[in-house]
Amino acid sequence: MMKTRTNQHPKTVSQRQPAKLWQLRLYVAGQTPKSLTAFGNLKQICENHLKGRYRIQVIDLLAQPHLSIGDQILAIPTLVRKLPQPMRKIIGDLSNTERVLVGLDLRAAA
Amino acid sequence: MKTNGYKPLTPAARLPKCPTGIQGLDEITDGGLPRGRPTLVCGGAGCGKTLFAAEFLVRGAAQFDEPGVFMSFEETGAELQANVASLGFDLTGLIRRKKIVLDHVYIERSEITETGEYDLEGLFVRLNHALDSIGAKRVVLDTLEALFAGLPNEAILRAELRRLFRWLKDKGVTAIITAERGRDQMTRHGLEEYVSDCVILLDHRVNDQIATRHLRVVKYRGALHGTNEFPFLIGDEGLSVLPITSLGLNHKVSNERISTGIPRLDAMLGGRGFFRGSSILLTGTPGTGKTSLAACFAQAAARRGDRVLFFSFEESPGQIIRNMRSIGLHMEPLVKSGWLRFHAARPTLCGLEMHLATMFREITRYKPAVVIVDPITSLLSAGSNHETKGMVTRLIDFLKGAEVTSLFTSLTHGGHALEQSEIAMSSLMDSWLLLQDLEGNGERNRVLYVLKARGMAHSNQVREFLISKRGIDLVDAYIGPNGVLTGASRVAQAAREKAEALTERQEAADRKRELERKRTALEQQIAGLRSEYETEVVELRRIDQQVDTKTRVLTAERTKLGRLRQADATVTATPHGNSRPKGK
Repeated sequence: MMKTRTNQHPKTVSQRQPAKLWQLRLYVAGQTPKSLTAFGNLKQICENHLKGRYRIQVIDLLAQPHLSIGDQILAIPTLVRKLPQPMRKIIGDLSNTERVLVGLDLRAAA
Repeated sequence: MKTNGYKPLTPAARLPKCPTGIQGLDEITDGGLPRGRPTLVCGGAGCGKTLFAAEFLVRGAAQFDEPGVFMSFEETGAELQANVASLGFDLTGLIRRKKIVLDHVYIERSEITETGEYDLEGLFVRLNHALDSIGAKRVVLDTLEALFAGLPNEAILRAELRRLFRWLKDKGVTAIITAERGRDQMTRHGLEEYVSDCVILLDHRVNDQIATRHLRVVKYRGALHGTNEFPFLIGDEGLSVLPITSLGLNHKVSNERISTGIPRLDAMLGGRGFFRGSSILLTGTPGTGKTSLAACFAQAAARRGDRVLFFSFEESPGQIIRNMRSIGLHMEPLVKSGWLRFHAARPTLCGLEMHLATMFREITRYKPAVVIVDPITSLLSAGSNHETKGMVTRLIDFLKGAEVTSLFTSLTHGGHALEQSEIAMSSLMDSWLLLQDLEGNGERNRVLYVLKARGMAHSNQVREFLISKRGIDLVDAYIGPNGVLTGASRVAQAAREKAEALTERQEAADRKRELERKRTALEQQIAGLRSEYETEVVELRRIDQQVDTKTRVLTAERTKLGRLRQADATVTATPHGNSRPKGK
């Protein structure tokens, strides 16, 4: 079950930049293959690039449909970067790691 | 898409309809949009797609107790509420009463990065949630095409849209999907491919700088529908489509006659004026007194106790009142007492549709018995000839349906055949009066003809139309060997005739005197002859008496002689000769 599971690590500073918490939300609708793939990909990217300073919130719209309005969710799966500002949205199963990193501003677009 | 699911051959198999409540549209579509199916409303920018959809929802919720969901991809909820509030829709109240859900879907392309596979389940969930929260029966997706701008992968999008429409059908909701008009297809992104049950095309055309909106039902699977383009308008009570054929030709007719306000004109119209509820056309060149005649009619009607609504497209009410005062028509008290109302607007103020809507609204509100449109030709400038005819047809239909007597003045420009330019309208009218200028002997005079008057014996003669301080009057024009004479010529002719008559009278008197004299002379002669005759009669009698006396004397003497001679026979003396001679 991946519903609202969070991965929280102590704010260990592993880079020179000041520590900041990345708050990510993954919207899914039931445990579809696409959703599972997306969650797996996300987990991996976070572990590789944001280790220890991220928090993932998985929202299942089938259980909480009203939450789709707040973040203007249309596509499933959608990853929303709530923090740091500005908000970013990445749709799809996050299979293209390069694009996810660009989308999350973790890497400048090539 | 399902194509053979409906067989509307028997009434029982008739497609269920979902009334829109939009004025006129339900008549064109014979009941409304297909129930439980999506309808595509497409059109260019600013042609009223969103309003159309909003009105469908609001009326559904307010009039037919069918709650609805408005999913907007363009306007925010607040914007939409404000926009439709200006049309008198209480969207906010309906939202509060949980009759309508407004959901603004916002997609910002720059915020979105696409990586890998996805679907639009989020939209489905969201829509489903909204539908279930109020038990919605109607859905509006206002410009779904915004998705094409927001989501990069068109292949996924198209597949998902197909699924969406299928899903809407399965949910059994009546949906309106709006879409931008494409350049060479109905919608920019080919949505008509997915929505094939009913397609309505809205159009906003500009003709001679004046815009008119049109609506056309392009397609309505399984149902009869009007295929024409119908003008529609967005008024302060929402949309109204104006179908020409909505009323048909089955007006109630009245036998009541109403006076024109000019006794001589009434006399020309079979003695009693126009029929109530008939339509009257008054054509004429500039300055022939059309407005004056119309005002006269208006005053007569208002004084009689009929409400009069005067649409003026050339003069302001104040100006009309002032000008009419100069010819002895006092309209101000009638306006004050509420029997007469003016409605003045510049014809170029707005398009034809808007004028028509305003007129409909005013008429519905004021409920007049007489409507005057002065002049209808001004509206020509607000639309093409054809459109104006359509409009007049609808207006007349409307007025006749309400048993309102209508008078339209129509300006004919000099140089044109007087009857020709009005052909389009004249056939719709029950009565047609023609005012004309006759020029001659250095003056222009107004004349009036009754060109037609359905259902009454009317005069075929020309009358001179006089406008004076005391009002309008008609006098017989002089028709003689020199043609029709009016104005000063008519007066001159009358004077000439008077002089001629005088001379004739004098001559006759002279002749009479002469004859009298002759008679007297003859009578004197007769008297002379008679006295002569009488003299002779006396003479004759005298001679007779002499003869008598003589005979008597002779007889007496002969008897005396006989006695002397002792004759025994009685001798009868005869005055004449065959008796015995006297001397024997």
